[in-house]
Amino acid sequence: MDTEILAIILLSLRVSLTATLISLLVGLPLGTALALSRFRGQTMLLSLINTGMGLPPVVVGLVVAMLLWRSGPLGTLNLIYTPTAIIIAQTLIALPVVVGLTASALQQVDERLRWQLAGLGASTWQQVLTLWLEARLPLLAALMAGFGAVISEVGASMMVGGNIKGQTRVLTTAIVLETSRGAFDRALVLGGLLVGLTFLVNWGLTVIQQRGRR
Amino acid sequence: MKPWFEVRDLYLPRAPHFTLHVEHLSLERGEVLAIVGPNGCGKSTLLLALAHILKPVQGEIRLNGHLPANDLAYRRQIALVLQDALLLNTSVWNNVTLGLRFRGLPRPEVRRRAEYWLERLGIRHLAHWPATKLSGGEAQRVSLARALALEPALLLLDEPFAALDAPTRERLYTDLQAIWRETQTTTLLVTHDLEEARRLGTRLGIMLAGRIVQMGAPEEVLARAAGEQVGAYLKHSHPKRAFNP
Repeated sequence: MDTEILAIILLSLRVSLTATLISLLVGLPLGTALALSRFRGQTMLLSLINTGMGLPPVVVGLVVAMLLWRSGPLGTLNLIYTPTAIIIAQTLIALPVVVGLTASALQQVDERLRWQLAGLGASTWQQVLTLWLEARLPLLAALMAGFGAVISEVGASMMVGGNIKGQTRVLTTAIVLETSRGAFDRALVLGGLLVGLTFLVNWGLTVIQQRGRR
Repeated sequence: MKPWFEVRDLYLPRAPHFTLHVEHLSLERGEVLAIVGPNGCGKSTLLLALAHILKPVQGEIRLNGHLPANDLAYRRQIALVLQDALLLNTSVWNNVTLGLRFRGLPRPEVRRRAEYWLERLGIRHLAHWPATKLSGGEAQRVSLARALALEPALLLLDEPFAALDAPTRERLYTDLQAIWRETQTTTLLVTHDLEEARRLGTRLGIMLAGRIVQMGAPEEVLARAAGEQVGAYLKHSHPKRAFNP
Protein backbone atom coordinates (compact mmCIF):
# COMPACT_ATOMS: atom_id res chain seq x y z
CA MET A 1 0.00 0.00 0.00
CA ASP A 2 1.48 3.38 -0.94
CA THR A 3 1.95 6.04 1.70
CA GLU A 4 -0.61 8.32 0.10
CA ILE A 5 -3.39 5.76 0.51
CA LEU A 6 -2.25 5.02 4.06
CA ALA A 7 -2.42 8.75 4.86
CA ILE A 8 -5.92 8.92 3.35
CA ILE A 9 -7.10 5.94 5.46
CA LEU A 10 -5.63 7.38 8.66
CA LEU A 11 -7.16 10.80 8.01
CA SER A 12 -10.56 9.26 7.21
CA LEU A 13 -10.46 7.30 10.46
CA ARG A 14 -9.23 10.25 12.53
CA VAL A 15 -11.86 12.62 11.16
CA SER A 16 -14.84 10.26 11.30
CA LEU A 17 -14.01 8.72 14.68
CA THR A 18 -13.47 12.18 16.19
CA ALA A 19 -16.79 13.42 14.74
CA THR A 20 -18.55 10.28 16.05
CA LEU A 21 -16.98 10.68 19.48
CA ILE A 22 -18.00 14.36 19.72
CA SER A 23 -21.54 13.57 18.58
CA LEU A 24 -21.67 10.82 21.21
CA LEU A 25 -20.44 13.11 23.99
CA VAL A 26 -22.98 15.78 23.03
CA GLY A 27 -25.74 13.57 21.66
CA LEU A 28 -26.00 11.00 24.46
CA PRO A 29 -26.85 13.56 27.19
CA LEU A 30 -29.09 15.51 24.79
CA GLY A 31 -30.98 12.41 23.68
CA THR A 32 -31.28 11.29 27.30
CA ALA A 33 -32.69 14.65 28.40
CA LEU A 34 -35.14 14.56 25.51
CA ALA A 35 -36.30 11.06 26.38
CA LEU A 36 -36.63 11.49 30.12
CA SER A 37 -38.18 14.93 30.41
CA ARG A 38 -41.55 16.36 29.46
CA PHE A 39 -41.84 19.90 28.11
CA ARG A 40 -43.86 21.95 25.65
CA GLY A 41 -42.61 21.62 22.10
CA GLN A 42 -40.97 18.26 22.78
CA THR A 43 -42.73 16.54 19.87
CA MET A 44 -41.73 19.37 17.53
CA LEU A 45 -38.11 19.16 18.68
CA LEU A 46 -38.08 15.38 18.22
CA SER A 47 -39.56 15.83 14.73
CA LEU A 48 -36.79 18.31 13.87
CA ILE A 49 -34.13 15.92 15.14
CA ASN A 50 -35.67 13.03 13.21
CA THR A 51 -35.61 15.23 10.11
CA GLY A 52 -31.97 16.01 10.88
CA MET A 53 -31.24 12.27 10.77
CA GLY A 54 -31.92 12.43 7.06
CA LEU A 55 -30.23 15.77 6.45
CA PRO A 56 -28.34 15.73 3.11
CA PRO A 57 -24.58 16.05 3.80
CA VAL A 58 -24.26 18.62 0.99
CA VAL A 59 -26.67 20.92 2.85
CA VAL A 60 -24.58 20.57 6.00
CA GLY A 61 -21.48 21.16 3.89
CA LEU A 62 -23.02 24.29 2.40
CA VAL A 63 -23.91 25.76 5.81
CA VAL A 64 -20.51 24.94 7.36
CA ALA A 65 -18.71 26.29 4.27
CA MET A 66 -20.65 29.56 4.50
CA LEU A 67 -19.78 29.86 8.19
CA LEU A 68 -16.10 29.05 7.74
CA TRP A 69 -15.56 30.86 4.42
CA ARG A 70 -12.86 33.51 4.63
CA SER A 71 -15.48 36.28 4.47
CA GLY A 72 -17.95 34.32 6.66
CA PRO A 73 -18.76 34.88 10.35
CA LEU A 74 -16.11 32.36 11.47
CA GLY A 75 -13.68 33.07 8.63
CA THR A 76 -11.03 34.51 10.93
CA LEU A 77 -10.53 31.06 12.43
CA ASN A 78 -8.99 29.90 9.10
CA LEU A 79 -10.64 26.50 9.32
CA ILE A 80 -12.02 26.13 5.80
CA TYR A 81 -10.24 23.33 3.87
CA THR A 82 -8.81 21.80 7.02
CA PRO A 83 -9.52 18.42 8.69
CA THR A 84 -11.15 20.40 11.53
CA ALA A 85 -13.73 21.75 9.07
CA ILE A 86 -14.56 18.20 8.00
CA ILE A 87 -14.87 17.14 11.66
CA ILE A 88 -17.30 20.03 12.30
CA ALA A 89 -19.44 19.11 9.27
CA GLN A 90 -19.42 15.39 10.09
CA THR A 91 -20.30 16.08 13.72
CA LEU A 92 -23.35 18.02 12.54
CA ILE A 93 -24.31 15.07 10.34
CA ALA A 94 -23.87 12.43 13.09
CA LEU A 95 -25.34 14.47 15.94
CA PRO A 96 -29.05 14.20 14.99
CA VAL A 97 -28.57 10.48 14.36
CA VAL A 98 -27.11 9.92 17.83
CA VAL A 99 -29.61 12.23 19.58
CA GLY A 100 -32.64 10.80 17.78
CA LEU A 101 -31.71 7.14 18.24
CA THR A 102 -30.66 7.70 21.88
CA ALA A 103 -34.01 9.33 22.66
CA SER A 104 -35.85 6.54 20.87
CA ALA A 105 -33.83 3.83 22.68
CA LEU A 106 -34.51 5.32 26.12
CA GLN A 107 -38.18 5.97 25.43
CA GLN A 108 -38.55 2.26 24.83
CA VAL A 109 -37.37 1.44 28.35
CA ASP A 110 -40.37 0.85 30.65
CA GLU A 111 -41.15 4.16 32.39
CA ARG A 112 -41.83 2.29 35.63
CA LEU A 113 -38.20 1.17 35.69
CA ARG A 114 -37.26 4.75 36.60
CA TRP A 115 -39.73 4.62 39.48
CA GLN A 116 -38.27 1.30 40.54
CA LEU A 117 -34.72 2.66 40.46
CA ALA A 118 -35.77 5.74 42.43
CA GLY A 119 -37.56 3.46 44.88
CA LEU A 120 -34.30 1.58 45.42
CA GLY A 121 -32.47 4.79 46.28
CA ALA A 122 -30.81 5.71 42.97
CA SER A 123 -29.71 9.31 42.52
CA THR A 124 -30.64 10.97 39.22
CA TRP A 125 -27.17 10.24 37.84
CA GLN A 126 -27.36 6.59 38.96
CA GLN A 127 -30.78 6.30 37.29
CA VAL A 128 -29.39 7.65 34.01
CA LEU A 129 -26.33 5.37 34.11
CA THR A 130 -28.52 2.35 34.83
CA LEU A 131 -30.90 3.24 31.99
CA TRP A 132 -27.93 3.61 29.60
CA LEU A 133 -26.71 0.16 30.63
CA GLU A 134 -30.20 -1.26 30.23
CA ALA A 135 -30.52 0.28 26.74
CA ARG A 136 -26.92 -0.55 25.77
CA LEU A 137 -27.86 -2.55 22.67
CA PRO A 138 -29.86 0.19 20.89
CA LEU A 139 -27.40 2.84 22.15
CA LEU A 140 -24.51 1.03 20.49
CA ALA A 141 -26.66 0.76 17.37
CA ALA A 142 -27.05 4.56 17.52
CA LEU A 143 -23.28 4.91 17.69
CA MET A 144 -22.83 2.58 14.70
CA ALA A 145 -25.44 4.50 12.72
CA GLY A 146 -23.66 7.79 13.53
CA PHE A 147 -20.29 6.42 12.43
CA GLY A 148 -21.83 4.89 9.31
CA ALA A 149 -23.36 8.23 8.36
CA VAL A 150 -20.05 10.12 8.51
CA ILE A 151 -17.54 7.62 7.20
CA SER A 152 -19.63 7.20 4.05
CA GLU A 153 -20.54 10.82 3.33
CA VAL A 154 -18.76 12.69 0.58
CA GLY A 155 -20.60 15.98 -0.08
CA ALA A 156 -19.73 17.82 3.12
CA SER A 157 -16.11 16.58 3.21
CA MET A 158 -15.63 17.76 -0.36
CA MET A 159 -17.18 21.19 0.24
CA VAL A 160 -15.48 22.12 3.51
CA GLY A 161 -12.30 20.02 3.12
CA GLY A 162 -11.59 20.77 -0.52
CA ASN A 163 -10.11 17.29 -1.18
CA ILE A 164 -6.54 18.66 -0.92
CA LYS A 165 -3.92 15.98 -1.45
CA GLY A 166 -2.02 15.17 1.73
CA GLN A 167 -4.17 17.50 3.81
CA THR A 168 -7.92 16.94 3.57
CA ARG A 169 -8.31 14.04 1.17
CA VAL A 170 -10.37 11.29 2.75
CA LEU A 171 -11.46 7.94 1.30
CA THR A 172 -14.81 9.12 -0.08
CA THR A 173 -13.44 12.27 -1.74
CA ALA A 174 -10.50 10.28 -3.13
CA ILE A 175 -12.94 7.80 -4.72
CA VAL A 176 -14.83 10.67 -6.36
CA LEU A 177 -11.58 12.11 -7.70
CA GLU A 178 -10.25 8.80 -9.07
CA THR A 179 -13.61 8.06 -10.71
CA SER A 180 -13.73 11.47 -12.36
CA ARG A 181 -10.23 10.78 -13.72
CA GLY A 182 -11.38 7.43 -15.11
CA ALA A 183 -8.99 5.58 -12.77
CA PHE A 184 -11.60 2.99 -11.86
CA ASP A 185 -9.10 0.42 -10.59
CA ARG A 186 -7.77 2.85 -7.94
CA ALA A 187 -11.34 3.98 -7.14
CA LEU A 188 -12.36 0.34 -6.67
CA VAL A 189 -9.44 -0.36 -4.33
CA LEU A 190 -10.31 2.74 -2.28
CA GLY A 191 -13.97 1.67 -2.25
CA GLY A 192 -12.98 -1.78 -0.98
CA LEU A 193 -10.82 -0.19 1.72
CA LEU A 194 -13.71 2.07 2.79
CA VAL A 195 -16.10 -0.85 3.08
CA GLY A 196 -13.46 -2.95 4.91
CA LEU A 197 -12.70 -0.15 7.34
CA THR A 198 -16.38 0.45 8.04
CA PHE A 199 -16.83 -3.27 8.60
CA LEU A 200 -13.90 -3.43 11.04
CA VAL A 201 -15.20 -0.57 13.20
CA ASN A 202 -18.76 -1.90 13.15
CA TRP A 203 -17.52 -5.43 13.89
CA GLY A 204 -15.75 -4.14 17.01
CA LEU A 205 -18.87 -2.29 18.15
CA THR A 206 -21.10 -5.29 17.36
CA VAL A 207 -18.88 -7.60 19.43
CA ILE A 208 -19.27 -5.20 22.38
CA GLN A 209 -23.01 -4.97 21.71
CA GLN A 210 -23.59 -8.71 21.57
CA ARG A 211 -21.51 -9.30 24.73
CA GLY A 212 -24.04 -6.99 26.38
CA ARG A 213 -26.85 -9.45 25.57
CA ARG A 214 -25.43 -12.14 27.86
CA MET B 1 -44.97 8.02 71.61
CA LYS B 2 -44.72 9.15 67.98
CA PRO B 3 -45.56 6.64 65.25
CA TRP B 4 -42.70 5.14 63.21
CA PHE B 5 -44.20 6.44 59.98
CA GLU B 6 -46.78 9.18 59.70
CA VAL B 7 -48.55 10.96 56.84
CA ARG B 8 -50.68 14.07 57.26
CA ASP B 9 -52.94 15.82 54.80
CA LEU B 10 -51.39 14.35 51.67
CA TYR B 11 -53.03 15.81 48.58
CA LEU B 12 -52.27 14.84 45.00
CA PRO B 13 -54.73 15.41 42.13
CA ARG B 14 -54.62 12.78 39.38
CA ALA B 15 -57.10 14.22 36.90
CA PRO B 16 -59.35 12.98 35.45
CA HIS B 17 -59.44 9.82 37.58
CA PHE B 18 -59.33 10.85 41.25
CA THR B 19 -57.63 13.06 43.78
CA LEU B 20 -55.48 11.32 46.32
CA HIS B 21 -56.25 12.75 49.73
CA VAL B 22 -54.91 11.08 52.85
CA GLU B 23 -55.84 13.05 55.94
CA HIS B 24 -53.89 10.86 58.33
CA LEU B 25 -52.04 7.59 58.07
CA SER B 26 -49.59 6.11 60.54
CA LEU B 27 -47.69 2.89 61.03
CA GLU B 28 -46.07 1.58 64.16
CA ARG B 29 -42.67 -0.06 63.89
CA GLY B 30 -42.92 -3.65 62.66
CA GLU B 31 -46.51 -3.26 61.56
CA VAL B 32 -47.86 -4.53 58.24
CA LEU B 33 -50.61 -2.27 56.97
CA ALA B 34 -52.53 -3.67 54.02
CA ILE B 35 -54.55 -1.19 51.99
CA VAL B 36 -57.11 -2.73 49.72
CA GLY B 37 -59.25 -1.11 47.06
CA PRO B 38 -60.58 -1.59 43.54
CA ASN B 39 -58.43 -1.00 40.48
CA GLY B 40 -57.91 2.69 39.74
CA CYS B 41 -58.73 3.92 43.25
CA GLY B 42 -55.26 5.40 43.76
CA LYS B 43 -53.36 2.65 45.59
CA SER B 44 -50.28 2.79 43.37
CA THR B 45 -50.37 6.59 43.36
CA LEU B 46 -50.40 6.49 47.16
CA LEU B 47 -47.27 4.31 47.24
CA LEU B 48 -45.47 6.44 44.65
CA ALA B 49 -46.30 9.55 46.66
CA LEU B 50 -45.11 7.88 49.88
CA ALA B 51 -41.88 6.95 48.07
CA HIS B 52 -41.39 10.63 47.09
CA ILE B 53 -41.51 9.63 43.42
CA LEU B 54 -44.72 11.51 42.65
CA LYS B 55 -44.79 14.94 44.24
CA PRO B 56 -47.89 15.72 46.28
CA VAL B 57 -49.30 19.25 46.07
CA GLN B 58 -49.30 19.32 49.86
CA GLY B 59 -48.72 17.00 52.76
CA GLU B 60 -46.24 15.95 55.38
CA ILE B 61 -44.46 12.63 55.62
CA ARG B 62 -42.45 11.74 58.73
CA LEU B 63 -40.25 8.71 59.12
CA ASN B 64 -39.04 7.89 62.61
CA GLY B 65 -40.40 11.26 63.70
CA HIS B 66 -38.37 13.27 61.19
CA LEU B 67 -39.29 15.16 58.06
CA PRO B 68 -37.01 13.95 55.24
CA ALA B 69 -33.96 16.16 54.63
CA ASN B 70 -34.30 15.57 50.87
CA ASP B 71 -35.89 13.10 48.46
CA LEU B 72 -32.77 11.01 47.96
CA ALA B 73 -31.92 10.71 51.66
CA TYR B 74 -35.51 9.67 52.34
CA ARG B 75 -35.66 7.16 49.47
CA ARG B 76 -32.48 5.56 50.77
CA GLN B 77 -34.31 4.69 53.97
CA ILE B 78 -37.19 2.95 52.22
CA ALA B 79 -37.60 0.27 49.55
CA LEU B 80 -40.24 -0.10 46.87
CA VAL B 81 -41.45 -3.30 45.20
CA LEU B 82 -43.79 -2.94 42.23
CA GLN B 83 -46.27 -5.39 40.72
CA ASP B 84 -43.87 -6.25 37.89
CA ALA B 85 -40.45 -7.23 39.16
CA LEU B 86 -38.78 -4.81 36.67
CA LEU B 87 -35.44 -6.57 36.86
CA LEU B 88 -32.46 -5.30 34.90
CA ASN B 89 -31.16 -7.28 31.95
CA THR B 90 -28.24 -8.69 33.91
CA SER B 91 -27.60 -11.43 36.48
CA VAL B 92 -29.78 -12.07 39.52
CA TRP B 93 -26.80 -11.13 41.69
CA ASN B 94 -26.43 -7.74 40.01
CA ASN B 95 -30.13 -7.13 40.50
CA VAL B 96 -30.14 -8.04 44.18
CA THR B 97 -27.10 -5.88 44.90
CA LEU B 98 -28.39 -2.90 42.91
CA GLY B 99 -29.80 -0.77 45.76
CA LEU B 100 -26.83 -1.64 47.98
CA ARG B 101 -24.45 -0.39 45.30
CA PHE B 102 -26.55 2.77 44.86
CA ARG B 103 -25.93 3.41 48.54
CA GLY B 104 -22.19 2.86 48.13
CA LEU B 105 -21.99 0.17 50.82
CA PRO B 106 -18.63 -1.58 51.22
CA ARG B 107 -18.24 -4.64 49.02
CA PRO B 108 -18.09 -7.24 51.88
CA GLU B 109 -21.34 -5.84 53.28
CA VAL B 110 -22.98 -5.96 49.84
CA ARG B 111 -21.89 -9.59 49.50
CA ARG B 112 -23.05 -10.54 53.00
CA ARG B 113 -26.51 -9.06 52.57
CA ALA B 114 -27.02 -10.36 49.02
CA GLU B 115 -25.98 -13.89 50.02
CA TYR B 116 -28.23 -13.81 53.09
CA TRP B 117 -31.33 -12.62 51.21
CA LEU B 118 -30.80 -14.88 48.21
CA GLU B 119 -30.61 -17.78 50.68
CA ARG B 120 -33.55 -16.52 52.74
CA LEU B 121 -35.80 -16.31 49.70
CA GLY B 122 -34.64 -19.68 48.35
CA ILE B 123 -33.02 -18.34 45.17
CA ARG B 124 -29.32 -18.62 45.95
CA HIS B 125 -28.90 -21.23 43.21
CA LEU B 126 -30.09 -18.60 40.70
CA ALA B 127 -27.51 -15.97 41.70
CA HIS B 128 -25.60 -16.11 38.41
CA TRP B 129 -28.60 -16.65 36.15
CA PRO B 130 -29.72 -13.95 33.75
CA ALA B 131 -32.70 -12.24 35.36
CA THR B 132 -34.58 -12.34 32.05
CA LYS B 133 -34.73 -16.16 32.18
CA LEU B 134 -36.62 -16.38 35.49
CA SER B 135 -40.21 -17.44 36.02
CA GLY B 136 -42.70 -14.90 37.40
CA GLY B 137 -42.41 -16.27 40.94
CA GLU B 138 -38.60 -16.35 40.86
CA ALA B 139 -38.47 -12.81 39.46
CA GLN B 140 -40.70 -11.53 42.25
CA ARG B 141 -38.49 -13.29 44.82
CA VAL B 142 -35.49 -11.48 43.32
CA SER B 143 -37.41 -8.23 43.52
CA LEU B 144 -38.22 -8.86 47.19
CA ALA B 145 -34.63 -9.88 47.97
CA ARG B 146 -33.42 -6.68 46.28
CA ALA B 147 -35.71 -4.62 48.52
CA LEU B 148 -35.20 -6.54 51.78
CA ALA B 149 -31.40 -6.47 51.39
CA LEU B 150 -31.67 -2.72 51.90
CA GLU B 151 -32.99 -3.36 55.44
CA PRO B 152 -35.50 -0.56 54.84
CA ALA B 153 -37.11 1.48 57.58
CA LEU B 154 -40.28 1.21 55.48
CA LEU B 155 -41.08 -1.38 52.84
CA LEU B 156 -43.64 -0.34 50.22
CA LEU B 157 -45.25 -3.21 48.31
CA ASP B 158 -47.44 -2.48 45.29
CA GLU B 159 -49.43 -5.64 44.50
CA PRO B 160 -46.28 -7.78 44.29
CA PHE B 161 -48.26 -11.03 44.10
CA ALA B 162 -50.91 -9.97 41.58
CA ALA B 163 -49.29 -11.58 38.54
CA LEU B 164 -48.47 -14.89 40.24
CA ASP B 165 -50.38 -18.17 40.13
CA ALA B 166 -52.08 -19.37 43.33
CA PRO B 167 -49.49 -21.96 44.55
CA THR B 168 -46.56 -19.57 43.91
CA ARG B 169 -48.43 -16.79 45.70
CA GLU B 170 -49.17 -19.08 48.63
CA ARG B 171 -45.48 -19.99 49.08
CA LEU B 172 -44.48 -16.34 48.92
CA TYR B 173 -47.10 -15.40 51.54
CA THR B 174 -45.68 -17.99 53.91
CA ASP B 175 -42.08 -16.92 53.34
CA LEU B 176 -42.89 -13.23 53.65
CA GLN B 177 -44.86 -13.71 56.86
CA ALA B 178 -41.89 -15.58 58.36
CA ILE B 179 -39.57 -12.75 57.25
CA TRP B 180 -41.84 -10.15 58.83
CA ARG B 181 -41.91 -12.05 62.12
CA GLU B 182 -38.15 -12.30 62.08
CA THR B 183 -37.16 -8.81 60.87
CA GLN B 184 -40.10 -6.70 62.06
CA THR B 185 -39.91 -4.75 58.80
CA THR B 186 -42.51 -1.99 58.81
CA THR B 187 -44.51 -2.57 55.65
CA LEU B 188 -47.26 -0.88 53.69
CA LEU B 189 -48.84 -3.25 51.19
CA VAL B 190 -51.44 -2.23 48.64
CA THR B 191 -53.53 -4.80 46.84
CA HIS B 192 -56.88 -5.26 45.14
CA ASP B 193 -57.20 -8.73 46.73
CA LEU B 194 -59.20 -8.51 49.94
CA GLU B 195 -58.28 -12.01 51.07
CA GLU B 196 -54.58 -11.25 50.58
CA ALA B 197 -54.93 -8.01 52.55
CA ARG B 198 -56.76 -9.82 55.34
CA ARG B 199 -54.15 -12.55 55.58
CA LEU B 200 -51.04 -10.41 55.39
CA GLY B 201 -52.01 -7.20 57.14
CA THR B 202 -51.84 -6.68 60.87
CA ARG B 203 -54.13 -3.77 60.05
CA LEU B 204 -56.42 -3.28 57.10
CA GLY B 205 -57.32 -0.07 55.26
CA ILE B 206 -60.02 0.35 52.64
CA MET B 207 -59.33 2.81 49.85
CA LEU B 208 -62.01 4.16 47.54
CA ALA B 209 -61.65 6.98 45.00
CA GLY B 210 -58.35 8.30 46.36
CA ARG B 211 -59.29 8.25 50.05
CA ILE B 212 -58.69 5.78 52.85
CA VAL B 213 -62.24 5.44 54.09
CA GLN B 214 -61.82 2.86 56.83
CA MET B 215 -58.95 1.47 58.85
CA GLY B 216 -58.70 -1.06 61.61
CA ALA B 217 -57.95 -4.65 62.59
CA PRO B 218 -58.80 -6.90 59.60
CA GLU B 219 -61.61 -8.85 61.25
CA GLU B 220 -63.06 -5.67 62.71
CA VAL B 221 -63.13 -3.91 59.32
CA LEU B 222 -64.61 -6.96 57.63
CA ALA B 223 -67.27 -7.33 60.31
CA ARG B 224 -68.31 -3.70 60.42
CA ALA B 225 -68.10 -1.72 57.20
CA ALA B 226 -68.06 2.05 57.66
CA GLY B 227 -70.87 3.16 55.41
CA GLU B 228 -72.70 1.87 52.38
CA GLN B 229 -69.90 2.38 49.89
CA VAL B 230 -67.45 0.29 51.91
CA GLY B 231 -70.15 -2.31 52.53
CA ALA B 232 -70.88 -2.56 48.81
CA TYR B 233 -67.20 -2.83 48.00
CA LEU B 234 -66.59 -5.53 50.63
CA LYS B 235 -69.65 -7.46 49.53
CA HIS B 236 -68.54 -7.29 45.91
CA SER B 237 -64.96 -8.31 46.76
CA HIS B 238 -65.85 -11.02 49.22
CA PRO B 239 -69.39 -12.18 48.39
CA LYS B 240 -69.33 -15.22 50.68
CA ARG B 241 -69.07 -13.12 53.83
CA ALA B 242 -71.84 -11.14 55.39
CA PHE B 243 -71.05 -7.47 56.00
CA ASN B 244 -72.83 -5.13 58.33
CA PRO B 245 -72.59 -1.52 57.23
